[in-house]
Amino acid sequence: MEPPQSLARTISSLEHMTSETTRQGILGTSAEPAAAGQQGEAIRSPSEETVFSLRDVGVTYGPKRAISGITLNMPLQRVTALIGPSGCGKSTLLRCLNRMNDLIPNARVSGTVEYHGTNIYDRNVDAVEVRRRIGMVFQKPNPFPKTITDNVAFGARINGIKGNMDEIVERSLRQAALWDEVKDDLKKSALALSGGQQQRLCIARALAVQPDVILMDEPCSSLDPIATLKIEDLIRELCQNYTIIIVTHNMQQAARVSDYTAFMLAAEHGLNGRLIEYGPTTEIFTHPRDRRTEDYITGRFG
Amino acid sequence: MTRSGFERQLAEVQEDMLVMAGMVETSIIQSIEALRLRDVALARRTIENDAEIDRRRYEVEERCIELISLQAPLASDLRTIISVLHISVDLERMGDHAEGIAKIALMLADEPPLKPYIDIPRMAEVAIDMLHGSVEAYKMRDTKRAREIIDMDDVVDGLYEQVYHELLLFMIDDPTLTQRATYMIWVAHNLERIADRTTNICERVVYLVEGRLHDLNVSKY
Repeated sequence: MEPPQSLARTISSLEHMTSETTRQGILGTSAEPAAAGQQGEAIRSPSEETVFSLRDVGVTYGPKRAISGITLNMPLQRVTALIGPSGCGKSTLLRCLNRMNDLIPNARVSGTVEYHGTNIYDRNVDAVEVRRRIGMVFQKPNPFPKTITDNVAFGARINGIKGNMDEIVERSLRQAALWDEVKDDLKKSALALSGGQQQRLCIARALAVQPDVILMDEPCSSLDPIATLKIEDLIRELCQNYTIIIVTHNMQQAARVSDYTAFMLAAEHGLNGRLIEYGPTTEIFTHPRDRRTEDYITGRFG
Repeated sequence: MTRSGFERQLAEVQEDMLVMAGMVETSIIQSIEALRLRDVALARRTIENDAEIDRRRYEVEERCIELISLQAPLASDLRTIISVLHISVDLERMGDHAEGIAKIALMLADEPPLKPYIDIPRMAEVAIDMLHGSVEAYKMRDTKRAREIIDMDDVVDGLYEQVYHELLLFMIDDPTLTQRATYMIWVAHNLERIADRTTNICERVVYLVEGRLHDLNVSKY
């Protein structure tokens, strides 16, 4: 399958990028023109190189408006955390970033989601290619009932990734910090692994197709604290080469792993979730500007 | 979800710190009274009371550590606890300075007075006003008041210079006065340090409200 023109251009320009040239960004303080103008300076996009540029993004499920007016930039090779109470639309927003909402009947996305300057919702953009570049890891580890090797190789194979498959498997497992634990059992069923190992296997599977971005939807919520810390360490490791967007209910986790944090809030559960505040994680957790952010992160919400 | 247990503990640790502040204020007043009235018993009592201030400081610190480790406070809660930690250390040190003055009061009790006390009680008065005001500014989260108090430090620094030079002249005039004059310089120095530490409290008030860490006490001296 040929990638569409514009995205192919994006991909080839990506090939030239090195982490050197992208690590020099200085945090910006410029106010966003924010779709909802009254949001003002609480939503400050980083002035680093941008991977995702969202403008006035909204999602409706049938007659229900799940999120609206989301405008922000997400920087390259950084970890951006999306936080907020249940039903605020953070997972919906995450799914906008690789067109996973396409798979939900009745879901309509408005506004623009630019990925390296290309609106991924343009008619000529191939959603499958989008999802290859922008991988996803889910709340519950969901390995295939196959061997460890097959789990990692499967996606790479169907995505037409060329090269020595054993090398791809090893490299992906190493990147996911799982290699040392499974290298002697590669033919064992993935289902025999512990929950934490299964989640790292899913990360290895996502890495095998050589993505640029990894979306994580509460990746540690079914893991114990030790396995959670391993995934968090891994996230910090991976952001040297990948852009990571993570949805988490665990505020301390957002504080530990992310560089930027976006706080979302809905008028009522599942309705009209909005971006309240966005900025460097240290600022959000030590001195948030918006009272609603303050109330949420200090546990005085609701 | 309101975290009522946590809010109560946060209020309590701040209350403990404010009680400490009251004890330190009393200590400073008593140490200067002991000096002025040559009251040996009062000086001794002031010295003894400092142990209680020290004990409370560690108690406040332990409670702060407990809150940080068990409650993982964030945002204004975190800034409050960090402020309490810093302020309680400043208060404890102010208590030590008051104890220092009381010790000098003991040493000078049997000596004839060098001169009538004028500038030193004046310094003490301003320093006590500053301490009192900084604690009020903390309670009210009043950054304007905090900044005004920081400016008052120049008055204390000015008085200190004056006392210092005056006592130096005493020593030059009559070297037999050197020991007593030196003690008096120590007293003035302790008061100058107390006033300086009240500006730290004021800086914490600004941090608490505005989230910014600054050295606001840029002295003319």
